[in-house]
Amino acid sequence: MHSTTESFQKNFALFEHSLNGESELPLHQLRRRSLERFSTLGFPTTRDEDWRFTNIAPLAATQFRPILVSEPHSITPAQVAAAGYAGQSGQRLVFVNGHFAPGLSQLGEVGNGATVSNLAAAIKADAAAVEQFIESLPATKPDTFAALNTAFIRDGVFISVPSGIIIEQPIHLLFIGVATSEATVAHLRNLISVGENAQATIIEEYVSIGGGGNHATFTNPVTQIAAAPNATVNHYRIQHEQELGFHIGTFHATLDRASTVNSITFTLGSAIVRNNTSAVLAGPGAHCTMDGVYLANETQLVDNHTTLDHAAPNCTSHELYKGVLNDRGRGVFSGRIIVRQDAQKTDSKQSNRNLLLSDTAIIDSKPQLEIFADDVKCTHGATIGQLSDESLFYLRARGIGLAEARAILTYAFAEEVVEHIAIPELRDYLETLLNTRLEH
Amino acid sequence: MSTDLETIQHVTESEYKYGFATDIDTEAVPPGLNEDVVRLISAKKGEPEWLLQWRLKAFRHWQKMEEPTWHNVHYPPIDYQSIIYFAAPKKKAKSLDEVDPELLEMYEKLGIPLNEREALAGVAVDAVLDSMSVATTYKDKLAEKGIIFCSFSEAVREHPELVRQYLGSVVPHTDNYFAALNSAVFSDGSFVFIPKGVRCPMELSTYFRINAQNTGQFERTLIVAEDGAYVSYLEGCTAPMRDENQLHAAVVELVAMERATIKYSTVQNWYPGDKEGRGGIYNFVTKRGICAGRASKISWTQVETGSAITWKYPSCILKGDDSIGEFYSVAVTKNYQQADTGTKMIHIGKNTRSTIVSKGISAGFGQNTYRGQVKVAKGADNARNYSQCDSMLIGDRCGAHTFPYLEVSNPTAQLEHEASTSKIGEDQIFYCNQRGISTEDAVSMIVNGFCKEVFRELPMEFAVEAQKLLAVSLEGSVG
Repeated sequence: MHSTTESFQKNFALFEHSLNGESELPLHQLRRRSLERFSTLGFPTTRDEDWRFTNIAPLAATQFRPILVSEPHSITPAQVAAAGYAGQSGQRLVFVNGHFAPGLSQLGEVGNGATVSNLAAAIKADAAAVEQFIESLPATKPDTFAALNTAFIRDGVFISVPSGIIIEQPIHLLFIGVATSEATVAHLRNLISVGENAQATIIEEYVSIGGGGNHATFTNPVTQIAAAPNATVNHYRIQHEQELGFHIGTFHATLDRASTVNSITFTLGSAIVRNNTSAVLAGPGAHCTMDGVYLANETQLVDNHTTLDHAAPNCTSHELYKGVLNDRGRGVFSGRIIVRQDAQKTDSKQSNRNLLLSDTAIIDSKPQLEIFADDVKCTHGATIGQLSDESLFYLRARGIGLAEARAILTYAFAEEVVEHIAIPELRDYLETLLNTRLEH
Repeated sequence: MSTDLETIQHVTESEYKYGFATDIDTEAVPPGLNEDVVRLISAKKGEPEWLLQWRLKAFRHWQKMEEPTWHNVHYPPIDYQSIIYFAAPKKKAKSLDEVDPELLEMYEKLGIPLNEREALAGVAVDAVLDSMSVATTYKDKLAEKGIIFCSFSEAVREHPELVRQYLGSVVPHTDNYFAALNSAVFSDGSFVFIPKGVRCPMELSTYFRINAQNTGQFERTLIVAEDGAYVSYLEGCTAPMRDENQLHAAVVELVAMERATIKYSTVQNWYPGDKEGRGGIYNFVTKRGICAGRASKISWTQVETGSAITWKYPSCILKGDDSIGEFYSVAVTKNYQQADTGTKMIHIGKNTRSTIVSKGISAGFGQNTYRGQVKVAKGADNARNYSQCDSMLIGDRCGAHTFPYLEVSNPTAQLEHEASTSKIGEDQIFYCNQRGISTEDAVSMIVNGFCKEVFRELPMEFAVEAQKLLAVSLEGSVG
C-alpha cells in the first residue's frame, strides 16, 4: 500500500510548488502536518474495523494526477444545467476538477454581510480564519482521507452567515469531475458557518461530465458545518458521479445550543463511495436529522458510516437510511450513536432499512449504540428484506407489468426520505433522478 | 436525587454470597505454561496419545496467536505464566459415597446437593471443582436409556471414539485465542451423548466451582444429540472471593443432528470482584452449536450476573435446512463489572430461523455490551431473523452499548433488529409506591418484568434461582 501514499507525497511536492507565496502562510504548516498524518496512517484495509466491508484496494492501487491549477476546459453553461440541479435562481458555485469556475457560476448579491465565496479566495482574504475553522474538525478517529484532504487544501467553498440573517434561496454547490485520459483527484474543502439565529440551505452536488476519456476520478471532499446557537442549516448532498469514480466524502457538523442541522444524503453514482457523516450535538437542546438514500447497481459499493455524538443534554436526533441494492451491488451501513455521560434526556432514533433486489446483492448493516447516561431514550432498528409479494401481486392484478411494479414499489421505498426535502423543485429533481436510476 | 445516590450505594454494596473458600487438599501443577505442562496434564489424566497430540497442536497454534483487542472490555494484561493450569482435589472418589465430606458440604452450601436422594427431583448433576469432575449423579438411570452423561475425562476413557469424532468439530483448536488455550490445557468438563430418538427424561446439569487460588479453570463441554433426540442442559458456576483475578476459559460444543433439540441454559455467577473492582473472574468463553441436521434446534439461554469480565458469544451455525437457533440472554453488570456478550447466528441452510433476545442491565460503574452477528449465506433462502436488544441503565456512571452486525448475501432473507435503551421511569416507581409497594420491590418487579422474556425460557428451578439472583444482584436499587 505504501507505494500509493508515496505517490500522494510526490503530488504534494508538486502541489507545494504550485502554491507560490502561499506556502509561507501558517496554514501550510497544517497541510504538512496532515500529510505526515496521512503517511503514518496509510490507506485502511479490510483488517481495520471501520473498513471491514469496504475494500479500497482499487483506489489505493491507482495513481492519480493532481490538478494543481485551474485548467482550461470546454464545459458550457448548457452542459452544467443538464448535469445538475437547475431548479432555482439563487447562488450557484460551480467547480471543475476541484477548482472554482467563475464563468459557470452565478454569484448574485447575498447581502446583509453574508459571505459566499470559493475557499481559495477566502484563504487569500483571511488565511488565519480559515485555518481556525479547519482545525475545529475533531480528529477523534484517525481518518486517512480527511488528513489527505487537509494536506491538499486549496479550493472549495467558504460560506459565512452572520447572526440573525436568513438566506432564503438555497446555495447550490456543483462539483464537476471531468473524466479525461488520466485518473485525476480533487480534494475539496467546504467550510460553512451559520451564526446565531441565522438560517441557510446548502445543496452540495457531485457530478461527472465526460471530457474525452474514461479514466477514474477520485473525489475526496470534506464539508464542515458549524451551527451557532439557534441556527438552522439544511444540507443536501447529492452524489451521482460516473461509474468509474471513487468518492470518499466526509461531512461533519457541530451543533451549538438549540441549533438544528438537517442533512440528507443521496448516493447514486461511482464505483466505490464512502460517506463519513458525523455530527456532534455540543449544545443543549440541539436537533440533528441525518437521512440518506443509497442505490447500488452493477458492481457498485456504497458505504455510509454515520456518527451522532450526543455531548450535551436535551438533544434529539433522528436518523433514517434506506438502501436499495441490485445486481452485484453492495451496501454497507454503520451507524453509531454515542450518548455521553452529561447528555441526559437524549432522545435518539436510528433506523436503517435495506431492500435486496437480486441474488447477488449484499448488505452489511452495523447499527451501534454507545450509551453512558441513564436518563435517555435511544432506539435503533435495522431491517433487510425484499419487495413484498402481496404488494407486487396487488399491482400486477391491476395490469401493471412486473418490472414496472417493482420499480413503483422500490421508488415508494425510497420516497420516505425524499418526502423530507423541503424545497419542491429539489424534490422533483431527485424524484426524477431516482426514477431514472430505478427504471433500468 | 438523593435516593438515586443511595441506590447506587446499595447496588454496589450487595455482597457476593458464594465467596467462601473450602479447605480441600488439592493437587496442582506449578504455575506457568509450556509443552511440558500440557504433557503433564495429559499424563495425569492418563489420556491416549491422539488427545495429547491434539493438545500440543493447539498449544503450538496458541503460541502464535495474539490476544484479541477488538472487544469493549478493559483489563490489565493477563500473565499466562503465573496461572496454575491444573488443580484437582487429591482424594479421588470411585462412587458418591467416597466423595470427600468437605466437598459434599461445600456443594451443600452452594445449594447443589450431590446426594442423589436429596437432589432436586429430575436433575442429574455433574460437579466440577477446579480442574476435576468430582461427582456425577443419576448416571445409571440415564445409562438405561443409552444416554451418556459423565465427566470429560471419563468419556475419553470410556468412549474415545465418540470424543475423537466430535471434539473440535464445532470449535476447532484454531478458532480463537482463548479456545486455543483451552484446547491445549482443558482439564475436565461434561460429556453428553443422547442416542437416536431418545428424549432425555431429566434435566442434565453441571456445576462449576473454582476453589483453589491462582488457578485458571479450563473446562470443555461436548453435547451430541443424535437424530430426533432431545436434551435440556443447565450450567451453573461460582467461585470464592479473592483479590486477584482468576481466568476462566471454557469451550462448549453442541452438535444437533436431524430433528434433534438441545437446550442449553447457563446461570453464570462467578465472583464479580468487590465494589472497588478488585478481583473477580475473567470469563472468556467460547460456546458454539451446530444444527447439523435438518429441522434441528439449538437454544441458548444465559443469565450472566457474575465475573469481572464476561466475554462470550454463544453461537449457532444453522447448517441443516429448516433448523432453528435461539439466544436469550440477561446480563447484569454492577460495580466495575464489564460484559461483552451476544451471539452469532450463521444461516447456511434453507428456511433457517433465528431469534435473539438480549437484555442488558447496567448499574454502578458497570459496562454492558451486546455484540452480535447475523450472517445469511448465499444459499440460505428464506432465512428469518428477529433480534431484540434492550438495555436498562441504573445510575449515571454505567454504560450500555450495542454492536450488532447484519451481513446478508441472500435477497430472500428477512432480518429485523431492534434495540432500545431506557431507565426505570420515575412515573413507574411512583405508580407502584402509590399502591403500597416499596421502591425496592417496585424496582425488583420492573427489572423482573424487563427480563421476563428470557426467564421464561429457563427450566423452572433455574428460573426461580435466576430471579432470586437478580434480586440479590440489584439489592436496594431504586431508579
